[in-house]
Formats: sequence, C-alpha cells, structure tokens
Amino acid sequence: MENLISIGIRSIFIDNMIFAYFLGMCSYLAVSKKVKTAFGLGVAVIFVLGFTVPINWLIQNHILNQGSLAWISPELATVDLTFLQFIVFIAVIASMVQLTEMAIEKFSPALYGSLGIFLPLIAVNCAILGGALFMVGRSYTLPEATVFGLGSGIGWLLAIVALAGIREKMKYSNVPGPLRGLGITFILVGLMSLGFLSFMGFSL
Amino acid sequence: MSTEVAEVKEVKKSEPLFSKKNRKLVSNPLDIDNPITVQVLGICSALAVTTQMKPAFTMAVSLVVVLIASSLVISALRNTIPSRIRIVVQLAVIATFVILVDQVLKAYVYDISKQLSVFVGLIITNCIVMGRLEAFSMGNKLGPSFLDGLGNGLGYGIILMIVAFFREFLGSGALFGFKVFEAVGLHYPGNGLMLLPAGACIVVGVIIWVQRSLNGYREG
Repeated sequence: MENLISIGIRSIFIDNMIFAYFLGMCSYLAVSKKVKTAFGLGVAVIFVLGFTVPINWLIQNHILNQGSLAWISPELATVDLTFLQFIVFIAVIASMVQLTEMAIEKFSPALYGSLGIFLPLIAVNCAILGGALFMVGRSYTLPEATVFGLGSGIGWLLAIVALAGIREKMKYSNVPGPLRGLGITFILVGLMSLGFLSFMGFSL
Repeated sequence: MSTEVAEVKEVKKSEPLFSKKNRKLVSNPLDIDNPITVQVLGICSALAVTTQMKPAFTMAVSLVVVLIASSLVISALRNTIPSRIRIVVQLAVIATFVILVDQVLKAYVYDISKQLSVFVGLIITNCIVMGRLEAFSMGNKLGPSFLDGLGNGLGYGIILMIVAFFREFLGSGALFGFKVFEAVGLHYPGNGLMLLPAGACIVVGVIIWVQRSLNGYREG
C-alpha cells in the first residue's frame, strides 16, 4: 500500500510526464491557451492513461514476454514477441481512444462537445505511449501500473492547467515581438520545471 | 548555419530535374517552416534526448530514416487507403519502420540505444511523422513526398543538433563526449542546469527567439 502511494506521488510530482520527460509536449503547448479547454484535455488524458497502462500491462505480461504463452501449449514457451511491443501498444491506445470517444459521445454529449476535437489527438500524445513503455521498463506489478497510469495523468493535468493559467495572464504582458507565443512559452515551461525540481528527493 | 546551406546545395545539385517549387520542399523546413520552431511538432524528443550530441545525432538520423520511408509508403498507397481508417494505417506503417530502426540500433549501437530508452519507440507518436504524412504524403506523388520527408527530417535534425551542442558544451564542457575545455588545459566545472529538463526548455526558447528575430516571423 505504501509502495502504491509512493508511486502515485512520484508520478504526479517528481517524475512528472511534462517536467521530467517532456512527454505530450505537442498538445501541451498547442492546447494550453485557455484554462477551460486545458482542463478538458487533461481529464481525457487521465482517463485514457488510467485504462491503457493496465491493459498494456496485461498484454505485455501474458502475451508478449518470453515464456508467457506457455498457458496455450508448452511448445510456445520459447516464443518471444517483445519486438511487437510498439505496434501492439499503439493499436491498443488507438482503439481505446476510439472507445473513449464513443462512450463519452453516448453518455455525456456536453463533455463530448467541449472535448470533441482533442480526443483523437490523444492517440498521438506521447505521454500515453510513453506511460506504457515506462511501465514495461520499470517492471511494475498490475496495481502499481494502474496507480502509475492514473498518477501520470494527474501530473499531466496539473502541468497543463498551471501553464494555461500563466498564459492567460501573459496576454497582459509586453513580451518582445520575436519571443511572443512559442518562445516565451518554452521559457515559462523551463521555469516551471525548475519549480517542480523542489519535489526532487521527496519520498514517502 | 553554414552546414545547413551546404546540405541544401548538395540536394539541389543531385536532383537538377526538380523544379524550384520542389527544392523549396527541402529548404523551407530548414528555416521559415521548421517543424520544431515554427510548426511546433515533435517537441518531446527534441528536449529529451539532447543532453549529449551523440544520442541526439542518432535520434535525428533515426527520425530522418523513419520519416522518409513512411512518407514513401504512404504516398505510394495514398489512393488505396480509405480515408476513415487512414490514421490507423499511418500508425501501422510508422510503427513498422520504428521497430526496424529500433532493432538495428539495438544490434549495432547498443549503448546509445539504452540511453535513448523509450524515445526511439516514441518516434511513432512523434507529431512530425504523423503531421507530414497527413498533411503532405496523403496528397502528393512519391518524388515530392520524399523531398518533404527529407526536408522536415533535416529541419528537425538541425534544431536537435543545435540544442544538443549548447546543452553538452555548457552542461558538461564536452562535444560528442570529447572534453573540449580539458583538451585546451582549462578547468570547466559544468553547468548542471543545462543538463536538467529546465535547461532544455530555456535553450529552445532562446533559439526560437533568435530565429524569429532573424527571419521576422511573428506570432499573435
């Protein structure tokens, strides 16, 4: 249990997807102009990460790893399918995103209206595939992987809402012409990342 | 800057049959239509793999290979792909080439492959590849698609190398792992900030600032 809390806290603050690994930067920079849309995208990312990381864990450990096919027949015990990892993971993610989109459309048309355009974008959000690959690299167990997925999503939401808040205020500042827009946003992200460094070394 | 120009000229010479418009496909992404600093695509890896020049170079080469190969395949298939499932087809093609590149890296440069960790796999979701396939290869012939892939790959590679140059030079006083300051007899303690994620963001921000001051591009 303590281990799970520690993984959760780590993935939200210390190993933050944005500030420590720069995953999902494209949509992070593109969709962080308004707090409201940023929040919507953040929620969708939590949702998709929370589902895809455990699903990919099951696939990795029960199909792809060497010897994990032994439950079908002992002859398959030597089969190693790990080289198919990328293509299987991305297929799972793309279909999960599609399912999420359909579910949201059915149950909450209002949320669908506000998220609509961003949902398909999530399929190519590196944070999702990155989450799945980190989960394999760090050899988590299933509950750990679930907590890690949700925690990374929450960390991503936190980062994008914070940046959107700052960018809304930046409109009133006099930024030099060539630096306006993307340039100053990068420098802001750098400074925020320095701020998040203060969580380094913090453990439960 | 001089290396960029040389590279562009080389391409122009080897393909004299291509029109002026096609030459622009290669030269535009290097500066005024750069995938990283103007189109804002593929930022994740530009920041994450640039602490040293060696992995950054490997990453740039891998991306160029994947981008050109998948541009060609998608361009060849563009009339047969149903538009409803095109995203899945594109992902499948990209993923196939990424697997190939990943296996080659693991076989020949295992150390760098370890250093790049998940980021080779993340070329699949690198927005540059998807973005160029969607915006260009789906509607153009093989030749222009090849040039577009090459141009955007090089544009990405150049920014990657510039960022990595400053981060490795200022961060650990080395270039391609060669200790520059110690070679000339100076002691350089290294600026740890440059090796941190924060340093990468600030370096990219400043590069964008300089580039836009030079080419006059303004936003908002």
